[in-house]
Amino acid sequence: MMAEHQIVIAGFGGQGLLFSGKVLAYAGLEEGRELSWLPSYGPEMRGGTANCNVILSDTPVGSPIVQHPNVLMVMNNPSLDKYEAAAVPGACIFVDSTLVGRKVQRSDVTACYIPATQMANDMGAPGLANMILLGALIAKTGCIRFDSLPEALHKVIPARKADLFDVNMRALQMGKDFTA
Amino acid sequence: MIVFQKPKSLTDAVLHYCPGCTHGIVHRLVAECIDELGIEGRAIGIAPVGCAVMAYDYFTCDMIEAAHGRAPAVATGVKRSLPDHVVFTYQGDGDLASIGLCETVSAAARGENITIIFINNAIYGMTGGQMAPTSLPGQVTQTSPYGRDVKTQGYPIRICELLSTLDAPAYLARVTVNNVKNVRQAKKSILKAFRNQVEGKGFSLVEVLSACPTNWGMTPQKALEWIDEKMIPYYPLGVYRDKEV
Amino acid sequence: MQQKVLMKGNEAIAEAAIRAGCRHYLGYPITPQTEVAAYMAKRMPKIGGVFLQAESEIAAINMVYGVASTGKRAMTSSSSPGIALKCEGISYLAGSDLPALIVNVQRGGPGLGGIQPSQSDYFLATRGPGHGDFHVLVFAPASVQEMADLTARAFDLAEQYRMPAMILADGTMGQMMEPVVLPEAKEPDAAEKPWATTGTGLRRKHNVITSLYLNPAELERRNVERFQRYAEIEKKEPMWESFMMEDAEVCVVSYGITARISRNAIVEARRQGIKVGMIRPITLWPFPEQPLLAAAGQVKGFVCVELNMGQMKQDVELAVRCRKPVDLCYRVGGMIPSPDEVLQHIRTMAEGGERK
Repeated sequence: MMAEHQIVIAGFGGQGLLFSGKVLAYAGLEEGRELSWLPSYGPEMRGGTANCNVILSDTPVGSPIVQHPNVLMVMNNPSLDKYEAAAVPGACIFVDSTLVGRKVQRSDVTACYIPATQMANDMGAPGLANMILLGALIAKTGCIRFDSLPEALHKVIPARKADLFDVNMRALQMGKDFTA
Repeated sequence: MIVFQKPKSLTDAVLHYCPGCTHGIVHRLVAECIDELGIEGRAIGIAPVGCAVMAYDYFTCDMIEAAHGRAPAVATGVKRSLPDHVVFTYQGDGDLASIGLCETVSAAARGENITIIFINNAIYGMTGGQMAPTSLPGQVTQTSPYGRDVKTQGYPIRICELLSTLDAPAYLARVTVNNVKNVRQAKKSILKAFRNQVEGKGFSLVEVLSACPTNWGMTPQKALEWIDEKMIPYYPLGVYRDKEV
Repeated sequence: MQQKVLMKGNEAIAEAAIRAGCRHYLGYPITPQTEVAAYMAKRMPKIGGVFLQAESEIAAINMVYGVASTGKRAMTSSSSPGIALKCEGISYLAGSDLPALIVNVQRGGPGLGGIQPSQSDYFLATRGPGHGDFHVLVFAPASVQEMADLTARAFDLAEQYRMPAMILADGTMGQMMEPVVLPEAKEPDAAEKPWATTGTGLRRKHNVITSLYLNPAELERRNVERFQRYAEIEKKEPMWESFMMEDAEVCVVSYGITARISRNAIVEARRQGIKVGMIRPITLWPFPEQPLLAAAGQVKGFVCVELNMGQMKQDVELAVRCRKPVDLCYRVGGMIPSPDEVLQHIRTMAEGGERK
């Protein structure tokens, strides 16, 4: 049975969280899945906490609000504090270990630590920690197929930034390789 | 031989205005201009809330009754929908300079290609003579029974001067209709304000200093004199903006 | 099969409006509906349409009034505080029998309130948003697909009945993305409108658009005629969805985002052996009274789930003539109930039906 993936992507505004969620959503669309994508929205444009809920399913999506994620990607401490307790037993938690100082406390979930921000800086693309984490998330959970990503990325990256396609793909691949 | 005729653009309805009120003269001037420019079939007028609320009964062109103060916004909608039509609003001072001041200034700032006829009689007429944004300092009204006290009730708003600080308006003029000579001048300004629109020149507004003998508590004759004595000194006649010059 | 695209609810409304032939959007920025304006600002200039950012919500609705007077499809969108400002203009549209579309992507109130989702403008929308005796058609989409479909329908029905229509969405519906099949594109302003002020062309007597009738008998006649039209709408146009109602002993009533949450709760309740279903009103005015009254003969009670203090609950009680208990599960202020909270209410009703 294909599980329903209830995904929360959380961190600071400006880390590309909504973008990561969109990549998942477009890949899901590509695969003909049922899905929803819901951003948090607030008065601030940058900074502050932000998150994005993505549901990928084989049956019509009920509530688009993810209350108990089975997949969690966190890019700052407050987000781990907030969502760790909410995750269902057996959830996969992907942590940017460059930015998040602590370990996952729960023993009934799978934690995956990726120094994504460090890796992104090393590859000369400091904004792409989100894609590295996402690559790992996709590889590990199988929530979408990796080969749906090029098409999804083409839809999510605006035309004026089309030159960023390759580096995004590379970051996704790096995340995938990290979990291998 | 016919020496005097009702303009084609006025209906046969009997005007409801008080004796000595100058709305009738201005209605006639507007209708004459519509006739002379041959635009009756593509003119759309917007009536205000105020004494001229029933202006839609008096003009033969298509007419729309707007909410209080919103005529410039309604006119904007009509003009954007039908750019080749001739769209005008006909508004009083409470409508245009108080509750609708934001719409007035914003339409002017956008340079909407519309024509606004602004009746300034320094008082709220339809509701029975309350203080208007254009009431003069010291003027006695129902809501300034001891005379408009500028310390607590502020100063009058001079619309032409205010709008002349904006870049967009094509034509801003203040006229009056208290004697034959002034009526002729008013006609010229109103005609220009309509012609500007036909020629695509942009926002044109004509402020007409008008008499309200009923609410001023004067005879019609005295009211016309009051315009000369009190209003014109505060609201000088003239052209405040003419992009053609 | 038509292609599915991924869109935010707000964008789906905008694109569906364009496809419904709307070429005039007049608006003023406010969270959480600004994507409608942003989308229109991009698209309208490219298709010969008009996007205008008005000086205020009040000006925007009056611009809509102007465009509507010329017989063209016009719309504005806003969120709760902005809709309150538009109410004057909506009343004038209703009083002048003009079609137009008003989109309300609700946020919490009263006053400036918050910017998170809410359904607290239910009364405002369904009781006639403005002064005077009138209604507007009110549609409550529960998916991005419905944001698009109901926009198209709202334009059609508004025109057919010559009255304003409102899409009553909420911040979640506006902000979320889902796959959507966009409706077919229509020619703009195809229908003939002999009442419109488009210039007499010297071929007819002047048309007048007005809501002013100083003769009381005339004004009464106009009101009564309008309500005859409303009666026809109440008969023909209610829309709703029944979900798992066949053998239901408890009936959840919910619309918009809370209907989505309730769906999760119902699926879970069924898994636990509780016979529960849902009637989801899609039009809030006209309110789908008939299926609710029918359900009153079948179920132990009703559970209303909404993001306000029980506004729709009153309509449910009226619809079922208070024959069965009607419970309320609510969150307000931008808070959203979890499926668990809804489930508790369902269980309580299933076990005893005691009203709280």
